Amino acid sequence: MSTTTLNYPKPQKPWRPKQRDLIPTYLGILMVLLGTWALVEFTGFAGKLGAFVSVVICTTAVSTFLAGRSRGKQAAKNAAVASIITSLALLAIFPVISILGTVLVRGTKGLYVGFFTTDMGLASVNDPLNVGGILHAIVGTFIMIIIATLVSVPLGISTAIYLTEIRGPGSRLIRFLVQAMSGVPSIVAGLFIYSAIISGSGRGFNGLWGALALAILMLPTVARTAEEVLLLIAEDLREAGLALGATQWRTVAMVVVPAAKSGLITAMILGIARIAGETAPLLFTTGGGDVTNLNPVDGVMGSIPFAIWKALISGSAESNARAWASILVLLALVMILFFSARRLGKARR
Amino acid sequence: MTLAEEKRMTAPTPRVITTKPRTSDKIFRAVIFTGALSSLVILAAIAIFLGLRGFEILAREGLSFITGYEWYSSINSDGSAGEDPSVYGIGAMLIGTIITALIAVSIGVPISIAAALYLNFYAPNAIRGFLVGVIDLMAAFPSILFGLWGFNVLMPSGEYWAKLLHKYLGWIPLFDVSTPFFSRSPFIAGLVLAIMIIPIVTSIAREVFSQTPLDRIQAAYALGATKWTMIRAVVLPFGYSGVVGGAMLGLGRAMGETVAVFTVLNIIFQANFQILLGAGGNVASLIILKFGEASAEEIKALMAAGLMLFLLTLLVNMLADLLVSRTVKQGR
Repeated sequence: MSTTTLNYPKPQKPWRPKQRDLIPTYLGILMVLLGTWALVEFTGFAGKLGAFVSVVICTTAVSTFLAGRSRGKQAAKNAAVASIITSLALLAIFPVISILGTVLVRGTKGLYVGFFTTDMGLASVNDPLNVGGILHAIVGTFIMIIIATLVSVPLGISTAIYLTEIRGPGSRLIRFLVQAMSGVPSIVAGLFIYSAIISGSGRGFNGLWGALALAILMLPTVARTAEEVLLLIAEDLREAGLALGATQWRTVAMVVVPAAKSGLITAMILGIARIAGETAPLLFTTGGGDVTNLNPVDGVMGSIPFAIWKALISGSAESNARAWASILVLLALVMILFFSARRLGKARR
Repeated sequence: MTLAEEKRMTAPTPRVITTKPRTSDKIFRAVIFTGALSSLVILAAIAIFLGLRGFEILAREGLSFITGYEWYSSINSDGSAGEDPSVYGIGAMLIGTIITALIAVSIGVPISIAAALYLNFYAPNAIRGFLVGVIDLMAAFPSILFGLWGFNVLMPSGEYWAKLLHKYLGWIPLFDVSTPFFSRSPFIAGLVLAIMIIPIVTSIAREVFSQTPLDRIQAAYALGATKWTMIRAVVLPFGYSGVVGGAMLGLGRAMGETVAVFTVLNIIFQANFQILLGAGGNVASLIILKFGEASAEEIKALMAAGLMLFLLTLLVNMLADLLVSRTVKQGR
């Protein structure tokens, strides 16, 4: 049997624009560059934001014109809106880049090894940068986070279990209140602890009160995230547990919660990330000491946000550098928490 | 028939089936219910305690606590109460709070809506996840970071834009200034707040837009709509009330923000409607400003101010939540 070689046509990609069709696009990009240059040169727009605005104006104009020329008025409108929406979306992430960049550049200047191993007990705010550190603040922040977690996680998770497992009376009201609570300004939480516990009682500032104020802020975050996580658990699992003759409590404790474990840990981490940088409530409750204090129920306790606040208020160049270095540490902490929460969240799905 | 088989034939003894929970379940439900009540208890306790401490001042000042512009604590150098009567009014601060929050919303919400539309309908799949992550990360940034960054980095360019606005739009009373002093103005505080509310408003708008019924989107395309006409005809009407709710949630956040505003704003006890002028106020930053060296009486007045702030934000948040949940529920 002889094999006849068939002359297959070469695979084509008709949807790919040809070089000739791309000419208007190249011209358009050129026009944008020229227009931007002209705008920056001849009008008042200056700086990065000014340049950005000029690029947006030119891109919008050029893409509108090109779309209008080839496909009519509706297409022109569509292209204009697409360009505006894209640039506004870019504008929304501008600050993140700027913030991360600024903190990295300015924060690293104040860092040295002793920054993590000494406190400000013997150093004044105007001392050079190689004296003193934020050990007291790091220790205080960790102690307060642990206490706040111990208080708010059981309450938050039981709220979530009530809303998803028991679905008892008042579920809608409680869900509504948790939502409302998540909008309570952080300063109000601090004022509340101050008015309920400290004011007029002779009790002084300490870390425990600060942790309680933080727990108020952490509770809604934990409750809402945990509720979402528990809702994702398949109903079959619950029914299987009940069909095996388990009581509801055994089903929840041995089937539902273990199945949702990583999600519940995510809820906890998100709650911690929410409170790690809170400043306002601590100003009313902790007193913000400069010496490392391991006892949350006795004496003032420092924390990273409070240390930043103090350095910021005192205003000298050294303390400013210290504030940036402290905020770099705080930001690193928050980002570690954030990314581990995301990783856990991804692993679940 | 064997004995064993005979035995098996006899009818099983009937047993009572009950839906009454066992004792262990009763205890479990009681414990969980107590935990679930915590949010109710905390919210009530906040209102009660702030109300109790602030009651004296609220009763004495009456309505002028909200409408009065003067905040004067009469105190002698030794700490005893001074002779002239103290006056406490948060009117100027309330106006300042509302102005800065409105600036934040009017700048932040359009950007957030655009970002949400971009993420839902325009973004290529490859970068969508990354952008969502960046915006979520922004929500986790502590407010003192925004304050520090706003003061050091945003302020110069904010001033520049304020001057530009003043130069070209100065004939509008809103953008007029009586003295050319542009730094630390409500406008700049509003810019910082706008950036702070972008993540939350974006994530709510994204959630709302993603609930748009798919058949309506496809119907619009089938009728020959472009992407924009589809969005205008289907997505925006559908998400309207949810986005309004998201904007109000942002408003509530902006009203309650303390540290960032305190860092950026120049706090003056006047009702200042010239948003570009470097003078303004905010109830939360008033509390921080006065708390340090406050007398016992002034502390009570600050508690009353805190109560007002609490009630205001709670009201805004509850309205917002009603609007959002209504839209999200009716979705696909």
